[in-house]
Amino acid sequence: MSAVPKPRQQMRMMIVDDSNVMRRRIERSQQNDLLEVVGTAVNGLDAVTKFKQLMPDVMTLDLTMPEMDGIECVEHVIKIKPDVLILVVSALADKATAVEAIEKGANGFLCKPFTDDQLNEALAELIGE
Amino acid sequence: MFDAEEVRTFVQGTVHFFETATGHAATVGSPYLCIDKSAVVQDYAGVIGISGNREGKVYFTAPRGMLSVMLMCMNETDTGEQNVRDLVGEVANTISGNARRDFGRNFVISTPTVCDRTNASTAAATTGRSFVIPINWRSYAANVVVCLQ
Repeated sequence: MSAVPKPRQQMRMMIVDDSNVMRRRIERSQQNDLLEVVGTAVNGLDAVTKFKQLMPDVMTLDLTMPEMDGIECVEHVIKIKPDVLILVVSALADKATAVEAIEKGANGFLCKPFTDDQLNEALAELIGE
Repeated sequence: MFDAEEVRTFVQGTVHFFETATGHAATVGSPYLCIDKSAVVQDYAGVIGISGNREGKVYFTAPRGMLSVMLMCMNETDTGEQNVRDLVGEVANTISGNARRDFGRNFVISTPTVCDRTNASTAAATTGRSFVIPINWRSYAANVVVCLQ
């Protein structure tokens, strides 16, 4: 008798972007059953504060934001929860920016603008689905 | 002075946004020079400042109706003021990101600011002439305006 694979536990996701349109777009477009959106934040500072309360497993993160940018935010949240999975979602399309984000601890990079399929593929890859 | 490669980067960034975000392609109209120093601003504009190797401004400006329909195409039901402004900022962000990728970090590009007709001076061409590139999408027309020295 073969073993029945254990279903994967749902992961808690936080969306960080200074644009309301983008936050709502990501929340609406993500269709992965393994992801549950538990919170949103409007800049890096707001994200760090909410991160401590929500302790999400997955985070989508814009880079260019007021108060605290995405790169600095990565440094903070990695210290709070080292195994958090971070997908940077940014219009900064240059390779140097992507490399910098990954070096700081981000796990993936999705360039804006994106289609629903591109977002879902990037999230699936992020969580190893 | 206008460099065709630079202008192409700004326009491609804009066209790419329309096609990817809304699922409907935009077309580029016939560009023209604007010698009047007053800003070519429709209802809203997303402005990026450029310094370093080149100095000036680039902005995307569009009518409210176009922005509302773009939001609807993105499945956004709230076409209120905040979301319209956010959308203009996102288009400008995309133009900015493309410029950084193509021109490198010697081309210093500011975070976009959004203005409307009431504070259009933010987007006004301060020096020189502006190069206006019409962007046609569905039944609407927006502009990318390049003013670089």
